[in-house]
Amino acid sequence: MAVVHLNQKNFTDEILTDQGLTIVDFWASWCGPCQLMGPVFEELSEEYKGKIKFAKLSTEEEPALASQFKIQGIPSLVVLKGGKEINRIVGFAPRPVLKQKIDSVLENI
Amino acid sequence: MKTYDVIIIGGGPAGLTAAIYSARYQLKTLVLSKDMGGIAATAHKICNYPSYTDISGMQLMLKFIAQVEDLKVPINYEEVLEISRKKHEFLVKSVKAEYKAKKIIFTGGAVRQKLNVPGEKEFLGKGVSYCATCDATFFKDKTVAVVGGSDAALTAALLLSEYAKRVYIIYRKDKFFRAEPTWIELVEKNKKIKIIFNDEITEIKGDNFVTEITLKSNKAQKVQGVFIEIGSTPKLTLIDDLNVRKTDRGYILTDDHQKTNVEGLLAAGDITNKPLKQIVTAAAQGATAAYTAYEEIKHDD
Repeated sequence: MAVVHLNQKNFTDEILTDQGLTIVDFWASWCGPCQLMGPVFEELSEEYKGKIKFAKLSTEEEPALASQFKIQGIPSLVVLKGGKEINRIVGFAPRPVLKQKIDSVLENI
Repeated sequence: MKTYDVIIIGGGPAGLTAAIYSARYQLKTLVLSKDMGGIAATAHKICNYPSYTDISGMQLMLKFIAQVEDLKVPINYEEVLEISRKKHEFLVKSVKAEYKAKKIIFTGGAVRQKLNVPGEKEFLGKGVSYCATCDATFFKDKTVAVVGGSDAALTAALLLSEYAKRVYIIYRKDKFFRAEPTWIELVEKNKKIKIIFNDEITEIKGDNFVTEITLKSNKAQKVQGVFIEIGSTPKLTLIDDLNVRKTDRGYILTDDHQKTNVEGLLAAGDITNKPLKQIVTAAAQGATAAYTAYEEIKHDD
């Protein structure tokens, strides 16, 4: 599975103790723009395999984790390094824009 | 390069209905869209689309999409970069490929209008939202403002009232005259909703998140969320080079057959100069556009 689905159980292992780069997609089933960005996110997870970990967090099923990140608008993509937030992309972004943003994060590491 | 009878640009109600009709007229059809369901997909509640008494925009649009897929019409989710006219056909360039088509049905829709006040951009995702359906749950027990007076604004306020403790509707006119009376009644009856007429937001303030809005009347109001629902403007950049005739406000002028002044270019939906911008009217225009394309292709051949 290319994309990790985050929940209370795996959150510490997958996010907090992971020293590498992770990008988390905060989403919900009622959010149209999130549904649209979902497949693109899956595709990108294959493209960036080995460079950055892709994870999804449902704000519907895990509201406490979402509020920990102070999410107030979805879709939101949060980039973490060693469990610390280093970047955030709010709102729908088409594929080329997403790639550009991920590339610039990777360049500046 | 793949050649089609009809390329439909846009995947909202107008484009998807055009695809259904075009497929049934057995025209070789392609839908190119950068979003799924258009603006309609962000509507929280739709109660005026015949045969559905109460459905979310996303659910309804998924049904449109399923019907298009059933008819084997490809929907490519890729952004169109350029449309140009070459002799009697069109060349369409997307981020992924180039295509040729005899006819174009342009249903580019509209983009959400911004307030253009200080703080709006800065606090996007930190209190400022353009999608109540997406973000209402993050404002549980908070105070929020909804800007606007349309059906979209009033339904956003009603949805937000299920979570927030207080919802202000801020509208620059002195009464609601664009919204359905049914929604107005529900809003007026709702104890959590307070309506402020004749006023506008001039600034959105906060530290890390929104804390306050300033109004034109100089009053300040403490809020944690601002939902902007002030309509939309037509998305025209793609057809800038085609010399399409438009109204002063930028809507494409079409006749009863959905023809524009450019031969072979049809337009439907929110982007056209029609008074009622609803899913049912967009769908009807899409159907008409597909019929016109069919008639023209039959005649040309």
